[in-house]
Amino acid sequence: MKTLKKNYVLHLMLLPGVIVTLIYAYGPMAGLVMAFQQFEPLSGFFHSKFVGLDNFRYVFNLPDFKQVLWNTIIIAVFKMVLFLLVPLILALLLNEVTKRWFSRLIQSAVFLPFFLSWTVLGGVIIELFSLNGPVNGLLSSLHLKPIMFMLDNNWFRGIVIGSDVWKGMGYNMIVMLAAITGINATLYEAAEVDGAGRWKQMLHITLPGMAPILILLGVLSLGGILNAGFEQILIMYNPTVYEGGDIIDTFVYRLGMFSQQFGPAAAVGLFKSVISLVMVSVTYYAAYKYNNYRIF
Amino acid sequence: MHKLTMSRRVFIICNTLLLSAITLLGVIPFIHLLSISLSSNTAAMAGEVKLWPVGFNLDAYRYLGEKVEFFRSLWVSVERVVLGTAVNMLLVFITAFPLSKSTDQFKQRTLYVWFFAITMFFGGGLIPTYIIVKNTGLIDSIWALILPGALNVWNMVLMLNFFRTIPKELDEAATIDGAGHWRILWRIYLPVSLPSIATIGLFTIVGHWNAWFDGILYLNSPEKYPLQTYLSTLIMSLNSQMTSISIEQIQAMENLSEKTLRTAQIFMGALPIMVVYPFLQKYFVKGMTVGSVKE
Repeated sequence: MKTLKKNYVLHLMLLPGVIVTLIYAYGPMAGLVMAFQQFEPLSGFFHSKFVGLDNFRYVFNLPDFKQVLWNTIIIAVFKMVLFLLVPLILALLLNEVTKRWFSRLIQSAVFLPFFLSWTVLGGVIIELFSLNGPVNGLLSSLHLKPIMFMLDNNWFRGIVIGSDVWKGMGYNMIVMLAAITGINATLYEAAEVDGAGRWKQMLHITLPGMAPILILLGVLSLGGILNAGFEQILIMYNPTVYEGGDIIDTFVYRLGMFSQQFGPAAAVGLFKSVISLVMVSVTYYAAYKYNNYRIF
Repeated sequence: MHKLTMSRRVFIICNTLLLSAITLLGVIPFIHLLSISLSSNTAAMAGEVKLWPVGFNLDAYRYLGEKVEFFRSLWVSVERVVLGTAVNMLLVFITAFPLSKSTDQFKQRTLYVWFFAITMFFGGGLIPTYIIVKNTGLIDSIWALILPGALNVWNMVLMLNFFRTIPKELDEAATIDGAGHWRILWRIYLPVSLPSIATIGLFTIVGHWNAWFDGILYLNSPEKYPLQTYLSTLIMSLNSQMTSISIEQIQAMENLSEKTLRTAQIFMGALPIMVVYPFLQKYFVKGMTVGSVKE
């Protein structure tokens, strides 16, 4: 009885968090029923007509949907691979720098864009790649034709991927650097005695030493297979590059908020959530199995 | 120091050059933006500005100083950061405490943990969330930017993991002295977890300062927009102007918009973070490595 009296305080502490989570996290989950309804804002979730899988059928048959799905996957996959590769190379190169001030300087500069919003970075990118921006200035000084980067479906995808890697690479780089510092220094001494140069040391000590964190980062990023970067693309794109730059999230946004097609939009959202959930579960299980990674 | 081999020396030079180039890549875009904002409008539009202002003047900033929209949204941002961070931190703190108890002490712990954890993996998505926010009457209120994300489960997990490293003996000694849970939380856990609170707090502040999309989604009146939302409308309107096909037309459009003013506004949006960044960076790095690398 005594523990119950003492513990009611703990329940009380959890109450505000539980209420907020119930309303704003579980509420929308319950609201997903609208994916199966012909949703009318005035009737709400309770009085709208159920239409079964009609919304899904409707969306999957939209001519744009295949393209949107393809864009999402290709952008997300490129981002995932580069988000592992670029920071890895940077971390390895940075590890060879012996001057501390130089290493700090690089870390700061690379990390900076991570803390700025896509409104700021989007503005910067659009400015850099605009028709009379510095990138086209560089091209013209090389006697090349100017390119309308932000209006070209092929270039736009590349810019989306490149700028996102630019924004985020500092984060993974620092995580990887932390992993490198964690490697036992005596291993390097032993290798040097055995006559291994820096290249061999990197190949046989640093890289294997980083394997767990690389596997972990790689596995966890698989959960975001359908996250191609909503805020970034929303701020950077325009109707001429829908073909190459429209992703599931921006598609849902336009379908729901502008066309007022709430049911179909929710259906696409549900489709995405379910695939993400499956991917997260599988990769989380894999991370747990191979790396003993747990969050709690 | 022993002598370096030739190939090692070549490597060091190449490495230094390459990394310097990457450093510049991180900084130059912002210098370029700053230079444009400090240049004359004609030079900026002609694309003459590279890394140094051409026709240096402060007109854009002077004009910005008189711009009501800018300061109004700046104030909303400040309000949002203060209010939002206070709510976020309070909720993270009082929620993480009970969940850091062992199941012996707090039997329902596991149930609660799952209740919160599920929301990290599955959500309702954009449209249902919008409708819930609308139904709870938050549309067009600053609370729409604060309440839906009031409890950040990921930060809560970081906090509870930190709480678990606090020696149990502290807790037990205080209980014997007659302290209840609230008192233990405020008087013992709060002072010893200041580094953790600082890290999570900084991420929360940056998150609120940078957020813009929820403003677009939930606020109808532009005078309630936080700064980043206001900036996003500027950039998106610029971007939709670019859809016309001919090069001449685009150039005409670009000339219409006041380039120096726009870049000045973007730069001012980034400024607070750039100013505090050098001082905060080490906390971020520490907090990140604590959060992501586990022994």
